[in-house]
Amino acid sequence: MCPDCCQTATRKFEKVCEILDKHQCDPCKLIPILQEVQKVYRYLPEEVLTYIATGLGLSPAKVYGVASFYANFSLTPKGKYVVHICDGTACHVKGSGLIKDALFKKLSLSQDKKTTEDMLFTVEAVSCLGACGLAPVLTINGKVYGQVTPAMAESLIDDIIAGEKK
Amino acid sequence: MPDKNTLLLNGKPVAIDNEKNLLEVIRKANIDLPTFCYHSELSVYGACRLCIVEIDGMGIQTSCSIKAAPGMVVRTHTDRLRKMRRIYLELLLANHHQTCTTCVKSSMCKLQDLAAKMGVTEVRFKSRQGSKPLDASNPSLVRDPNKCILCGDCVRACEELQGVGAIDFAHRGAGTTVMPAFGKELKQVDCVYCGLCASVCPTGAITPKPQIEAVWSAIGNPQKTVVAQIAPAVRVALGEMFGLEAGQVTTGKIVAALKMLGFDKVYDTSYAADLTVLEETSEFLVRKTKGEKLPQFTSCCPAWVKFAEQYLPQFLPNLSSCRSPQQMFGALAKHTLPEQLKIDPKALFVVSIMPCTAKKFEAQRPEFAADGVPDVDAVLTTQELGQMIRQAGIRFNDLTPDSLDMPMGFKTGAGVIFGTTGGVTEAVLRFAAEKLTNVKNENAEFTDVRGLEGVREQTLTLGDTTLKIAIVHGLKNAKLLAEAVAKGERQYDFIEVMACPGGCISGAGQPVAFDAKTRARRAEGLYNTDKTLQLHAAQDNPYLQKCYRDTLGEIGGKTAHRLLHTHYHSRKRFEDAGFSVSGADTAKKLDVCVCVGTSCYVRGSQKLMERTLEFVKAEGLADRVDVRATFCFEQCDRGPTVRIGKTVINKCTIEQVREELQKQVVAV
Amino acid sequence: MIVEKIDLNTVQNDFNRKMAAVKRRVIICAGTGCVANGALEVYDALAAAIAERKLDVVLELKEEKPADIYLSKSGCQGFCQAGPLVTVEPEGFLYCKVRPGDAAEIVEQTLIGGAAVQRLLYKHPVSGQAIEKQDDIPFYKRQNRYVIGDCGVLNPECIEEYISRGGYAAARKAFTQMSPEAVCEEIATSGLRGRGGGGFPTGKKWQLTLAQQNAKKYVICNGDEGDPGAFMDRSLMEGNPHRVLEGMMIAARAIGADEGYVYVRAEYPLAVQRVRKAVADAEAAGLLGDNLFGSGLSFNVIVMEGAGAFVCGEETAMIASIEGQRGMPRPKPPFPAQSGLWGKPTVINNVETLATVPLIIAQGSSIYRTMGTEGSPGTKTFALTGHVANTGLIEVPFGTTLREIIFQIGGGVTDRFGNPDPDGFKAVQIGGPSGGCLTADALDLPLDFESVKGIGAMIGSGGLVVMNQDTCIVQVARFFMQFTQNESCGKCVPCREGTKQMLALLDDIIEGNADEQTLMLLEDLAQAVQLGSLCGLGKTAPNPVLSTLRYFRDEYLAHVRQKRCPTGQCKALAQPEIIAALCKGCGACVKKCPVGAIKGEKRQPHTLDAEVCVKCGSCVQVCKFNAIVGV
Repeated sequence: MCPDCCQTATRKFEKVCEILDKHQCDPCKLIPILQEVQKVYRYLPEEVLTYIATGLGLSPAKVYGVASFYANFSLTPKGKYVVHICDGTACHVKGSGLIKDALFKKLSLSQDKKTTEDMLFTVEAVSCLGACGLAPVLTINGKVYGQVTPAMAESLIDDIIAGEKK
Repeated sequence: MPDKNTLLLNGKPVAIDNEKNLLEVIRKANIDLPTFCYHSELSVYGACRLCIVEIDGMGIQTSCSIKAAPGMVVRTHTDRLRKMRRIYLELLLANHHQTCTTCVKSSMCKLQDLAAKMGVTEVRFKSRQGSKPLDASNPSLVRDPNKCILCGDCVRACEELQGVGAIDFAHRGAGTTVMPAFGKELKQVDCVYCGLCASVCPTGAITPKPQIEAVWSAIGNPQKTVVAQIAPAVRVALGEMFGLEAGQVTTGKIVAALKMLGFDKVYDTSYAADLTVLEETSEFLVRKTKGEKLPQFTSCCPAWVKFAEQYLPQFLPNLSSCRSPQQMFGALAKHTLPEQLKIDPKALFVVSIMPCTAKKFEAQRPEFAADGVPDVDAVLTTQELGQMIRQAGIRFNDLTPDSLDMPMGFKTGAGVIFGTTGGVTEAVLRFAAEKLTNVKNENAEFTDVRGLEGVREQTLTLGDTTLKIAIVHGLKNAKLLAEAVAKGERQYDFIEVMACPGGCISGAGQPVAFDAKTRARRAEGLYNTDKTLQLHAAQDNPYLQKCYRDTLGEIGGKTAHRLLHTHYHSRKRFEDAGFSVSGADTAKKLDVCVCVGTSCYVRGSQKLMERTLEFVKAEGLADRVDVRATFCFEQCDRGPTVRIGKTVINKCTIEQVREELQKQVVAV
Repeated sequence: MIVEKIDLNTVQNDFNRKMAAVKRRVIICAGTGCVANGALEVYDALAAAIAERKLDVVLELKEEKPADIYLSKSGCQGFCQAGPLVTVEPEGFLYCKVRPGDAAEIVEQTLIGGAAVQRLLYKHPVSGQAIEKQDDIPFYKRQNRYVIGDCGVLNPECIEEYISRGGYAAARKAFTQMSPEAVCEEIATSGLRGRGGGGFPTGKKWQLTLAQQNAKKYVICNGDEGDPGAFMDRSLMEGNPHRVLEGMMIAARAIGADEGYVYVRAEYPLAVQRVRKAVADAEAAGLLGDNLFGSGLSFNVIVMEGAGAFVCGEETAMIASIEGQRGMPRPKPPFPAQSGLWGKPTVINNVETLATVPLIIAQGSSIYRTMGTEGSPGTKTFALTGHVANTGLIEVPFGTTLREIIFQIGGGVTDRFGNPDPDGFKAVQIGGPSGGCLTADALDLPLDFESVKGIGAMIGSGGLVVMNQDTCIVQVARFFMQFTQNESCGKCVPCREGTKQMLALLDDIIEGNADEQTLMLLEDLAQAVQLGSLCGLGKTAPNPVLSTLRYFRDEYLAHVRQKRCPTGQCKALAQPEIIAALCKGCGACVKKCPVGAIKGEKRQPHTLDAEVCVKCGSCVQVCKFNAIVGV
């Protein structure tokens, strides 16, 4: 494995320790801690959660219970590009379901399988993003696209794939 | 004209007497409002919504979460409320595998009971979810998530009373499930098998793991001689399964039933409890004289032992080295009975009838087997015995009592009171008193240590010796006490720990009791038995004296030690957890594992890990050394623990890591 | 350590002088919506175009220095459909749908020439007339942007600008000139009611909390606006975070709290960022921290991001979340006023409520009472979405009618393609997943908390979804039920199991597997869920179902009796047919049909056998004449 990856793993773990220390290992701060740790790993690995439980003096079942309750926490690795399709009222009424179907079909995904094999894309429906005037809305790694059609969505994906190939 | 401190309940005035909540007032007034998630010893959850009442000016409220106030006008069974309760039961039943006839909890299940009581005659909703797998791989408990109604009693019991938290709610909404961390099995996490979860579970979602078939098998095997030992707590509770009062002692009938089932001999665990008293008290007095390894903790509760091994490794030397009465019995039986009964040692099959699920785990501990044959072959809970009796069609109540077999059926009152909190302590004191005062008092009682509160303290003086004693039940209480001792805030000579509320009488294997008074009645049954026996102090047990003369030799001597004592080891909490911190490819690399389990973490393994990583980086060893974080080397009392290659270093410092790395990396 | 305290009056004067030195101000709406539409690119293009013309532009008012133009970004201006929006002061021109390519023209014609760029002005949809000023546009004219008005003007990242508009003066008044009782009293007299949906009198809530004897109390700002289709709070947090903080400070003064939390949905990253910055700037200015305004009192604010659970908008669930637990609500009583965060007395207020508080303290409760109705004084923001011409964020006084909102401010109902459909009004969903629907009968009802409750709906947080005649009302009920089911925390039986079964029953109705028993069961269940759930989410979850059943029972009956969906939206109930008048008999569909369901003579209208049809839709795809429907 390249020295880069060793560096990364080490840095990630050190970050976790930093995060715990910053919050003084206060169990009440579990949620901000999980949020910050997820930014480091892009999801919450099981061993890291156990480590956090140890550090905070909580049972791992409790930490798992909190992590699995909130939709923003992911217990499985996410793709490089995370696509969120808004399913709020306005977007729904304007056809967000069709966009989701189109992307699922294009990337061979489903309700149970939201990340592509090559770990490039994760596609999820999310609750209202509050940009209802632009419905239907999707975001890719946080960047907001409004008045999206299925065709537009597909071409956004194509652009990314092309960009990755280079 | 209502009194200042009354409320109106369905039109009638009821006095308020500082009850915890409105529900308790209503129950006091003889209305048994249904509940699932309310338990008087746990925090209020308010989720099942069955205890709803209508209060003027407040609308519909759950009575468990409201305090009664003077002048309240409360109605408990209006049209709306009845309809609502029925619908909520229908909703629960819709998800539930309605296989009552084949369910082990049938006739003891609250869902079944309330559905009938509330008049649910049809379930108008369809099941909308699939099947979840069972978790039955551990020795003590079976988890069936399909029967779970998510009342959360087990979660709260495990966390609030036992301080373990092995199970909790996971996921959300309709997908919510009670499970161990990451959906693992109980065996893979830090469950101590106390079974409190099963005790409080209103349905069959968590039940003791049955071993009935194994026992039937042994009984049916002509080459096996099957003997039973009955624990104290069993005799004051088994009758409840046949309509008798809690606390009614039915030892004679139990013996008769066991003999009818096909057991060859029936003995009494209390005999071994007497034995435990002798060994443990002697051990204690030695420690007290030397002033070492104090406080001494009792060790007869296997859930407590596992708990201590997992969370309090620094106190393992303080645990009494005595085995529990169940295991002392097993060891002694396997050692003496073959000759006595003139059978092949391999033919002996020892069954213990216990109020407890942790005993099933204890019987399978590798330390309690000789040549691969366990000292106790099978453990049946009180409930399982009841089931076996029913399976055979025996009419328990009509049985003519029979007597226990000798010599291991003979006990003093000291051995019997083991089953209740404070009982072990009092039994020990009855022996210690004689030893310390040199005065024989055959009727010595120590009522001050009796009671049902969770934490009790007593200081008493016997002769020239002052003893500071603590008695706890509930593992959370035990942990808090131990931590206080560790910090030097408290000081004791002797601490009795029982995991179950009130001691073994409330064990998870006992008949399901919906009534809080049951515990007190069962305890009373044991103390009454003590009263009615001729002998009350373990040292007066003549058969035990003979046993020492003929077999064991000295109390605490070599043979006694081999058969009746044990050792403990700190324990891994989670199976196979660990992750590579340096992210290196492990092939052909030197493996450096730093333990980040709780005990080592608290002793600074995190900092140690960080400095190790710095060192590896600084020396340019990243491509040859893989640093991993692991969970538990089971050497918690000697942490922080680091393994470098094949070398394990306890109480490790960064200097030792550097040194060892230099040695091994240079060599590689 | 004593932080360098700023003097509000000094800051105010300084800033006003700096503003006065600038000839023109160009404000670009940079709310999330406009940003998604490219507002930031417009900003950059304008900055570049201005620089190219060598005009003197400042991007931040750092010093008092004459300049031609102050180019700044604001929060959401509310007219999302028409964004990106650019406003030019002092003329007050509002430009709509601005593209980066328009920058040069704007600079030339307006910033230098002082005239409006006609083609960028708002055009009245009927008369075609161009309207120059924001206030003259029908969308804005009928509004009273009392609370959110500043969002579209000031730079939300500039604390000095906020102060220049009187910011933090109300807090100073509360801390130095009023007792806690007086603050509570003033808010109580104003009649301000919680804007998060509950409508509980804010002053009363504060009084109850003040009355608790406890040294430690908390203020929590509920920024977990999760109603789908609602973005009022987002706009306030993004557009005027300081006003929200000021409201929190006044609340703290009123109840005796020294610590506060702002709980913001993580799905609003811009709001999180703006609030965090506002807190930091306020701390640096000595407006948060110790010895506020020399009073000796402290108030510190912590910003916490939600982690994706709608239920955390419920106050006890939010408290659980701040405590690091699963966001599961707790039984009330005890109420947070008595026992809240970590068991201490806590006030939880909605963002809009808090943003209103400084205005009331500054101007007085009697001014506030001149707006709105007797029982519901003041104004309310609404997020107007759905089949309406002008979607966006509006604010009107209570007592405004639906008719005014939809037809005057909203510009009327549209069809599914966005074209005006004057007779298209079917209903309005008010209050999101906790709310109900209002029909044509309610168009002239003056909207306030009581009147809406009286007809079986609730104002809620202010989401207004307009639905035209093409909308299947059963699908609407189902949409909201699915949302609620998804977000149910799972703790209590009625909500967890009840909403699941209700959703399944609605699916049965939509799939054509229901009968009249289903409707009865649905209603029975809805009642049980409404009466017995632990928290507001469960209690209000059945509202959309109950409300639509009440007003559109016939539509439900059609679904269960005739297995027919009157609007044709329910695919499973669709009756496929060929419209004879449109069919040219070309036979293209016959070739495509995999089951031979279509028959007909050449050049004669064909017929479709619904019994044989598998609804694959291949025929629809090839028909050039749109003659096939119901597939």
